[in-house]
Amino acid sequence: MSASSCRILLSGFGGQGILFAGKFIATLGLALEREVSWLPSYGPEMRGGTANCSVILDTKRIGSPIVTTPDILVCMNLPSLDKFEPDIERNGLLFYDSSLVNRKPRREDIGAHGIPATQIANNRQMPTLANVIVLGKLLRETNLCDETTAATVMMTIVPERKKTLLEANLAALTIGFHYEDTA
Amino acid sequence: MANKVLMKGNEAIAEGAILAGCRHYFGYPITPQTEIAAYMAKKLPKIQGTFLQAESEVAAINMVIGAAAAGKRAMTSSSSPGFSLKSEGLSYLAGCDLPAVVVNVQRGGPGLGGIQPSQADYYHATKSTGHGDFHMLVLAPNSVQEMLDCAFDAFDLADKYRLTVAILSDGTLGQMMEPVDTATKESGHAIEKPWALTGTQGKRLPNLVNSLYLMPEELEATVIERYKRYALLSEKEVRCEEYFTKDADIVVVAYGITSRVAQNAIDIARKEGIKAGLLRPITLWPFPVKQLMDLAQKASVFIAAELSMGQMAGDVELAIRCQKPVLRCNRTGGMIITPEELLQKIREATTLHEQTE
Repeated sequence: MSASSCRILLSGFGGQGILFAGKFIATLGLALEREVSWLPSYGPEMRGGTANCSVILDTKRIGSPIVTTPDILVCMNLPSLDKFEPDIERNGLLFYDSSLVNRKPRREDIGAHGIPATQIANNRQMPTLANVIVLGKLLRETNLCDETTAATVMMTIVPERKKTLLEANLAALTIGFHYEDTA
Repeated sequence: MANKVLMKGNEAIAEGAILAGCRHYFGYPITPQTEIAAYMAKKLPKIQGTFLQAESEVAAINMVIGAAAAGKRAMTSSSSPGFSLKSEGLSYLAGCDLPAVVVNVQRGGPGLGGIQPSQADYYHATKSTGHGDFHMLVLAPNSVQEMLDCAFDAFDLADKYRLTVAILSDGTLGQMMEPVDTATKESGHAIEKPWALTGTQGKRLPNLVNSLYLMPEELEATVIERYKRYALLSEKEVRCEEYFTKDADIVVVAYGITSRVAQNAIDIARKEGIKAGLLRPITLWPFPVKQLMDLAQKASVFIAAELSMGQMAGDVELAIRCQKPVLRCNRTGGMIITPEELLQKIREATTLHEQTE
């Protein structure tokens, strides 16, 4: 990953909010005045299987919107980690839900962050927001933006009329931002 | 970028059409273009428009014929298998000289095929849209912003030349989101349509919109008149974009999503010291023949990159009169060319170029 270009691949089960997390990063890119592309998988995998989403932030015009060798990989389940781990760029970053992925990453040339996001989300009575917890951690580790900017972006994509949902999303974001890696 | 919003390509097409004054949309759902219909269904009723989900693709195109005959800006959209069904209606639109806009967000074929992106309807859009002597003007956007811009411009072009303008897109462009500035376009300018069926109110003779001419002399005359308009637009409306072509030894020709992949491949090639460039046709018909011929005077190898078995490649060869070799780089069936695959082809072209030196 360079300061000018950032290629992110998010993956998991359909329904885990993969596309939403991607949309958040794309909206953040727009706020940061970067060039942005967001491309969802829209095949049969969307209908119950694995889903993934390519997001690119760049200072220059973006060519292909398809991310095959990500600088940052997010995995919300084991099949995604098995499938995409080998593709991460050297010195890239991996964020995975360690409550759903029951193995350690194999790559040693990347920075890996396991977050028991689903477990935390369940404990905090926000079972659908594991994605946002991981997102918060990602934003902090990558320095893509600070917590205030993240909250502003969240307010633009979760409509104000869904106040309860917005508050829960903001809370999940904060949990992610402040989650410390365990050894 | 303050005024930009994130939009899906399909939504951008619908918004572009609405900005252009389209108030009549007829469609039938099919992946990966259904967001166009969804957007229209949400927006049109609020602005005194008509959204109608027809009973089939055939019904939808015939409804477009009706609305267009009444002088209204009308549109339908579909994806490959559904677009095939519209062929008859497209021929009738041409025979009646009616302006209309149609969108094909391509997926893999033939048959029901798949739902992943494709460019395998190039022949259908540019050469064999339906029976009889006619063409559509075909626009091929390569970004979400251009989806909006092309949809907007399509209505002006259709009215100006009294023909159908097709937007040939694909599943990737339809599904992806990018920032869009909707303020780039002023509201559409309506033009006078004295031929339209708007009711005579007893003040004039009835207009006739028709494609049946039983006297061959008469039919031939209508076709020749239509081809005069084609000649005019071939002169005036060709659009393309060039990327690093000035000193290019190797010219990649690619449109739509493939041109985005080509940008990556060319950027890497340039870093390797290879003088590669891109010509991106934005109008697929009329094809940028002159621009390609000019490039053929300097470049030594061409590469036609597309998501089909090589449908556009023949047009590149025709445009440059086979003066230079045209290599093929193809994926099909819903597969997308990777920058690495195209880069490999560019390196192959370099070897060929060095032999011609």
